[in-house]
Amino acid sequence: MAELTDLGIAAIRDGVRDGEFSAREVAQAFIDRVAAAKALNAFLVETPDHALKAADAADAARASGDLKPMSGVPIGMKDLFCTEGVPTTAASGILAGFTPTYESTVSANLWAAGAGMLGKLNLDQFAMGSSNETSAFGNVISPWRRNDGGNAALAPGGSSGGSSSAISARLCPAATGTDTGGSIRQPAAFVGISGIKPTYGRCSRWGVVAFASSLDQAGAMAHDVTDCAIMLGAMAGFDPKDSTSLDLPVPDWAGSLSGSLKGKTVGIPKEYRVDGMPAEIEMLWEQGIAWLKDAGAEVVEVSLPHTRYALPAYYIIAPAEASSNLARYDGVRYGLRDLPDGAGLQDMYAATRAAGFGPEVKRRIMIGTYVLSAGFYDAYYNQAQKVRALIARDFEAAWERCDLLLTPTAPSAAFALGEKQADPLAMYLNDVFTVPASLAGLPAMSVPGGLDAQGLPLGLQIIGKPLDEQGVLDAGLAIEQRAGFSARPEQWW
Amino acid sequence: MTESTYRIQGATGEWEVVIGLEVHAQVTSQAKLFSGAATAFGAEPNTQVSLIDAAMPGMLPVPNKECIRQAVRTGMAIEAQINKWSRFDRKNYFYADLPQGYQISQLYHPLVGEGAIEVTLDEKDPDSPTKRIGIERIHVEQDAGKLMHDQHPTRSYVDLNRSGVALMEIVSRPDMRSPAEAGAYVKKLRSILRYVGSCDGNMEEGSMRADVNVSVRKPGEPFGTRTETKNVNSVRFVMAVVEIEARRQVDVIEDGGKVVQETRLYDPDRNETRSMRSKEDAHDYRYFPDPDLLPLELDDAFLEECRASLPELPDAKRKRYEGELGLTAYAAAVLTAEAETARWYEALLDACGDAGMAKAASNWLISDLFGALNRLGKDIDDSPVSPRQGAELLKLVADGTLSGSLAKQVFEIMLETGDDPAKIVEEKGLKQTSDTGAIEEVIAKVLADNADKVEQYKGGKEALFGFFVGQTMKAMAGKANPQVVNELLRKALS
Repeated sequence: MAELTDLGIAAIRDGVRDGEFSAREVAQAFIDRVAAAKALNAFLVETPDHALKAADAADAARASGDLKPMSGVPIGMKDLFCTEGVPTTAASGILAGFTPTYESTVSANLWAAGAGMLGKLNLDQFAMGSSNETSAFGNVISPWRRNDGGNAALAPGGSSGGSSSAISARLCPAATGTDTGGSIRQPAAFVGISGIKPTYGRCSRWGVVAFASSLDQAGAMAHDVTDCAIMLGAMAGFDPKDSTSLDLPVPDWAGSLSGSLKGKTVGIPKEYRVDGMPAEIEMLWEQGIAWLKDAGAEVVEVSLPHTRYALPAYYIIAPAEASSNLARYDGVRYGLRDLPDGAGLQDMYAATRAAGFGPEVKRRIMIGTYVLSAGFYDAYYNQAQKVRALIARDFEAAWERCDLLLTPTAPSAAFALGEKQADPLAMYLNDVFTVPASLAGLPAMSVPGGLDAQGLPLGLQIIGKPLDEQGVLDAGLAIEQRAGFSARPEQWW
Repeated sequence: MTESTYRIQGATGEWEVVIGLEVHAQVTSQAKLFSGAATAFGAEPNTQVSLIDAAMPGMLPVPNKECIRQAVRTGMAIEAQINKWSRFDRKNYFYADLPQGYQISQLYHPLVGEGAIEVTLDEKDPDSPTKRIGIERIHVEQDAGKLMHDQHPTRSYVDLNRSGVALMEIVSRPDMRSPAEAGAYVKKLRSILRYVGSCDGNMEEGSMRADVNVSVRKPGEPFGTRTETKNVNSVRFVMAVVEIEARRQVDVIEDGGKVVQETRLYDPDRNETRSMRSKEDAHDYRYFPDPDLLPLELDDAFLEECRASLPELPDAKRKRYEGELGLTAYAAAVLTAEAETARWYEALLDACGDAGMAKAASNWLISDLFGALNRLGKDIDDSPVSPRQGAELLKLVADGTLSGSLAKQVFEIMLETGDDPAKIVEEKGLKQTSDTGAIEEVIAKVLADNADKVEQYKGGKEALFGFFVGQTMKAMAGKANPQVVNELLRKALS
């Protein structure tokens, strides 16, 4: 039998149900593996008791025939989700020592579905980053290495880099992520796993530390498409505590999953063929088209003419919202307080925020403050909102010709840590393919397609119509079945 | 519309004052605007604070429908346009009493648009001029918390009980031209809010406060530069601010200076305004649509319900009291100025069960009851005499059981004991007599004792009739029915 830690959600669920192993054995195996993987710096907090308690409940539920969709599955929780009694920092010094007295809706939903928590996962500070290098608690290291014999530490992607690294290294079978401009999809692509961001409003934002409210959306990250479908089903649902939550029933995505795309039309947006994109990514994209055709889909070229404005619009809207969302971290009520001797209120604000926020967070707060300020609001924020509306309209026009879109997830494979840190713009370019779907609030996922010449995973992105997570997951499954992606990083840690 | 003649006499001639008011009215609601926390006044610090009000990480606002409903009803009461599509914006600034670092307000798309109210400068004077004051908008926003600087020698404390409480900001047009108009506007607005039940109008507790915008100009010239005096919390203070601020501005200009656009504070102890901050160091609030909230869209059913739930408003009531009940303009104005008074009066009239008693009831309420309440220092809501008891008393007068003066005696006892008038009449034997035999006996004695006066009366000095009435009433300790006394006296003297 394979190692327990090689199993995904469905396999663990079935094995526990069929009595092949106990949930406690599963939890313990992952707990031990997490404890032995400090070198990856994927976990900020380990919560073995939480995982064991859920496992024991699952074993008891099995005895009484009362298993739930994720009974006995220990998962990792991105440290952007507030967890009752467990420190929550958003990987920022400003929240050092903060322990919520409340549980986010998404994590509460997962516990209600029988899952347990192995710990809180590292991330880019306040989810701002594409390489997990902005965490106040150190970089997360990808378990992958280039096949050039060197051992450069690679980025696991971001902002859900702790999640991607941990799943890929089999420290957990699945983890939550959040995606504001690609923070689930890009890290999933970098480490060869699957990740889905649902339609904006499917998952409640209540209890999730906010980055950019109109874009933030929680989602599932796991080894395969089926596991993503199961986990997303457990996370999603209407929440009256979030005004932007969708008051709609959650379909049985996992139960309806099908790799057949007969009768479906897949659009290939021509504007996503950007200059300087590696040939390997072009080739993978072509391969993806072939796989989808093989699954029965018709493939057409479509145009999303405003694509090139998506990234600049995103890097105005997201920082604008962030500059306001992060104003609450002021040292008055919780988290870090830096109160120099004889300081007044303004001094305390300045000292606290200077000490508590990392450079990327400060950069975005400053950008956001600038674009909202008097005299610049119309030129930047308002203009970006107009662009956002045009991008949404582009997609609406495309849906008249196709049901799904296929694109690469990221313009490159994982890069080495430190490689892009000096140039924020180069870093922001990572999000070029993922940002448009975020701006339009569309469901989108990344599935692994293959390896590049350096032996690093590459992902394909599927974007769906609003609320059509099913179509996205089905296409993901069609690729998964044909790609047969089985590469995994060699354990060096 | 009448032109105000209020003028400030300056060295260079007459000046006119221009006033606009932004009134912040706390919405009457059990819960805050975006959280379920309670809103009761006077609770222990920080006992009415939800995770949302304290802006804990990941907390989200959800609009409280009742607060929206109250603001819509208020808009309808001032005949304003209700915007079926409105939106919340964030007003960003840092302060210790503002946990989110922004106030959720409505800048670009307020809930309520253009409306107006009609004010009477002297509500007790039926001939007093009335004026329409335009209202530009009403928007809904969160209140901030409170800083306490007197709890510790070197530290300030924050009480977040008010943080997130719903406010309506009611913004007038710069339509007022005198302290009296500003005062009348605030009073009328408060009256409407209390009728609607959307704000208790309690200025002492801070549930209603005004930002007073004042500028001066030579009559006929364009508007001058205005100052804004913040958080003025009584009608009297609003009037005082207008007066002293206008005077100050005239003095500044006439001394060769310029009025600076700035925020000022009123100090009631010294009766002066002081500069708080000028336009140069005004905040850049970086307003933008709150991305945590969807636009507020109101459907017709909701609007209909709001409209149907509106009570009869003071102006309509006043006209009805004059037209249908035949009250004087003065009485109608007094009875309708406050919702509580009108409610009391209508309960009284109901208990009388006879619309014919409307005038008697109005007279009694305005002179006797108000007089007594004034003396006792009580509000009409704490009246020791209930409308039912008042009606009983009035009925005893109407059916001749009590004379006017007896009724006053009974009323005094009612105030003291809270007893019903019938019981008092019974126990104290205060019932007025219409027993003609008994009255005739007394009259005979009075006439016999005053034979000289009878002679004079018969000799043409008819004014003495009152003397005989008085003597008779006195002899009967006031209990004789005055009408019967009159009749019998006339007969006896003829």
